Amino acid sequence: MVAFVAPLLATAFSAAAIEVARVVSPGDIEAWLVEEHTNPIITMRIAFEVGAAADPVGKEGLANMASSLLDEGAGELDSQAFQRRLEDLSITLRFDAGRDTFNGQLKTLTENKNQAFDLLGMALKKPRFDAEPVLRIRSQIMARLRRLSQDPGTVANRRLLEILFPDHPYGRPPEGTLASVGAVTAGDIKEFVDKRLAVDNLVIGVVGDITAAELAPLLDATFGGLPAAAETMQVPEVRAKAKGQTMVVDIAVPQSAIVFGHQGIKRDDPHFYAAYVMNYILGGGNQSSRLYQEVREKRGLAYSVHSLLYPLDHSALIVGGAGTANARVGETLEVLRREWRRLAEAGVSGEELTDAKTYLTGSFPLRFTSSSRIASFLVGVQLDDLGIDYLDKRNGYIEAVTLPQVNRLARWLLDAEALSVVVAGAPDGIGKTEKE
Amino acid sequence: MRKRLRILGLAIFVAAPLLLTPLQGSGALAGLFNPETFRLANGMRVVVVPNHRIPVVTHMVWYKVGSADEPPGKSGIAHFLEHLMFKGTKKLAPGEFSRIVARNGGRENAFTSHDYTAYHQTVAVERLQMVMQMEADRMINLVLTEKVIEPERSVILEERRQRTDNNPAAILREHISAALYLNHPYRKPIIGWDHEIRELKLKDILGFYKRWYGPENAILVVAGDITADELKPLAEKTFGLIPPVFAEAGQRAARSRPSEPPQSAERRIFLRDARVRQPSWSRQFLAPSYLFGLAGGGASDQAYALQVLAEVLGGGATSPFYRSLVVERKLAVSAGASYNPDGLGPGRFVLYASPRPGVGMAALEAAMEEELGEYLEKGVSLDEVSRAKRHLRAAAVYARDSIRTGAQVLGVALATGLGVEDVETWPQRIGAVTVDEINAALRMVIAPGRSVTALLLPEKDD
Repeated sequence: MVAFVAPLLATAFSAAAIEVARVVSPGDIEAWLVEEHTNPIITMRIAFEVGAAADPVGKEGLANMASSLLDEGAGELDSQAFQRRLEDLSITLRFDAGRDTFNGQLKTLTENKNQAFDLLGMALKKPRFDAEPVLRIRSQIMARLRRLSQDPGTVANRRLLEILFPDHPYGRPPEGTLASVGAVTAGDIKEFVDKRLAVDNLVIGVVGDITAAELAPLLDATFGGLPAAAETMQVPEVRAKAKGQTMVVDIAVPQSAIVFGHQGIKRDDPHFYAAYVMNYILGGGNQSSRLYQEVREKRGLAYSVHSLLYPLDHSALIVGGAGTANARVGETLEVLRREWRRLAEAGVSGEELTDAKTYLTGSFPLRFTSSSRIASFLVGVQLDDLGIDYLDKRNGYIEAVTLPQVNRLARWLLDAEALSVVVAGAPDGIGKTEKE
Repeated sequence: MRKRLRILGLAIFVAAPLLLTPLQGSGALAGLFNPETFRLANGMRVVVVPNHRIPVVTHMVWYKVGSADEPPGKSGIAHFLEHLMFKGTKKLAPGEFSRIVARNGGRENAFTSHDYTAYHQTVAVERLQMVMQMEADRMINLVLTEKVIEPERSVILEERRQRTDNNPAAILREHISAALYLNHPYRKPIIGWDHEIRELKLKDILGFYKRWYGPENAILVVAGDITADELKPLAEKTFGLIPPVFAEAGQRAARSRPSEPPQSAERRIFLRDARVRQPSWSRQFLAPSYLFGLAGGGASDQAYALQVLAEVLGGGATSPFYRSLVVERKLAVSAGASYNPDGLGPGRFVLYASPRPGVGMAALEAAMEEELGEYLEKGVSLDEVSRAKRHLRAAAVYARDSIRTGAQVLGVALATGLGVEDVETWPQRIGAVTVDEINAALRMVIAPGRSVTALLLPEKDD
């Protein structure tokens, strides 16, 4: 399980091939559209700017549970009837919740587009939350939580977020706990959907076999009945409390999961692109990253090792992870900290910067190899307020990053002494630790 | 590069049926990809899958060799070699291949299965020739030294720990395979057994490379913004310059695998582990595949029928196991069936379920058997079959969307010995399956004597 879902570390290219249109319906619902008429398929992604961070204390997992229940019956259709309608029309309709967003995706054949949009509209506006699906979905989420309770990567990531964000919603697990999921009622879920999903916090991206003229009335029919304004989410701004602690969570496994992190950089920070390039060089990219070279290629310490910028709406992290045999955890941590320090102190070389830029700009079109990926991009750009011309401008932002900018940023951002580390497994040889 | 062992295609769904979704469960998502094909003078097959949505191509080279072709006692060679293919040639230093791909804005990876090994890059179309040159180079010019092998061996052992040893469900899956296949090499894990990975020698790996890697045993698949006319000169200038290596050495890269004897015993295995917090149950039956017939049946006919059957019984929210055990009787959190028709050797038809708290495994198993028993008696209905077929046909349309899917489906097909026409006519073949054929396939495949029932259990029962 990847606990850190990569946010939109977006990319854009001189994208002559993709044209984004802004569609505004008569009812003033906006969607971004990329027409593509080769295949008779329409893909839509939507996101509401509300997520698990809004879950009340003691009811962690509420947004996630709501996302699992929206397609379990709506209007006159109970759960089985609703699902059967989706299956018979070969429509995919799914929802999920992140820390800051509540997401939906719809995929349909062109011939069934009216029914597909209708079913999405029903799910959002007339969900039933009958007792049977509520109990069933809760039992499924709990089964998953039980299973993941022994998965080292999941456990380590959860613990790291708790350490970095004590007393803040970001420190609480988006999927909840057995106790908190047990406490969520159908009433809570209904209230969440009624108050939090509205037109003013909704963004929409559509890709495929549909024109703007065809899409506009469907937008009104689908989203028109939603409340105009969502109840706002009271999530305070917060900085990560990384104090250099190393914590071990005991799990009887041969390979320990190591995760680490500290304060990062927000998406709207003017230095974001410098950080993005820096992280690619550190551990964000592929086999050429420093962490990959030092941890995996030279020493064979891990199969997977990475670092990741994790910007949130109200905070930001830079985090990383590796999996290594229990006996080699100490050595791996040493290498990780050394690389963190080396980048902060000595910066990157001109060649590294050039290579990073070439990759990051050249690989940008690879983000657009399927309708779902394009639709996700359209939603991400809107959520991050990057502008409809972002597609054309993005590579310019990367190109403009200079060596002094990256090196200044690295010195300012990376702090090996502050890195909080969680090791889930049965590590030995890691010296001073705080055991749970 | 990442050198991932990825048990792609449906193998991954068979191994982990809980991951199934209805569309993925539909098996080879072959639709009409309208590929163009030609063959180079050295025998290498080339497939082009046009998709002009953006100026990007996915370039894949598939070798018709996988872990099931490894010599006895040397499990893990195919996958180890896959990792080492990034370690340099006469022209390129270790890691340079990957650095060059990255500098050109490309993404790359590789994967190994029981039946094939594939290497792929996705790049802007104007960089295609560059990756073709490098891929052709490492097809015959790989240079390996002890120095690069040892750290990579550690990486692979970590990969094994991460994928398998850290996870009791994955450990049980290894045991299921070893129990289901009495003699066929599918009984061995693709990544290899830990103790054998530790003992693999440089000469074993190089021997395997020389035995299997060459143009006659490889398939080039390029999908994206290109046509066969445009690709052909590039292919001739790169892969086409490689002489046919096997003819030269007086050998042929032909597979020869131990086959499966008749099976007649029901097997039951269980794993108790303190890390198990959510038990699960599965019953796996030896099954035909597109290329392997069972009980005297024609291979592919049975496979198409079983694909529709798996779609009926499937893992969707309205499928019968889910509806009965999860929704109505509230015994389980998940329940369903899955089937993988790909593969050169015998496949498997899988039933699976995981209980709600307080439900014993015996009760869960009885409920699954009861549900299955009804189907064995009554058979599937015309209505169920029509719905399943409609769904599968839609899956074929959706499969055309992503640049990668067509390349993947055609690669799997050709690397296992199917033809392009098998992929192209898949929707018609599915459409032609009758209710009687499905019911015959159901009654044939559900043979207790060819099954393994596996239980994943906590250390102590509640």
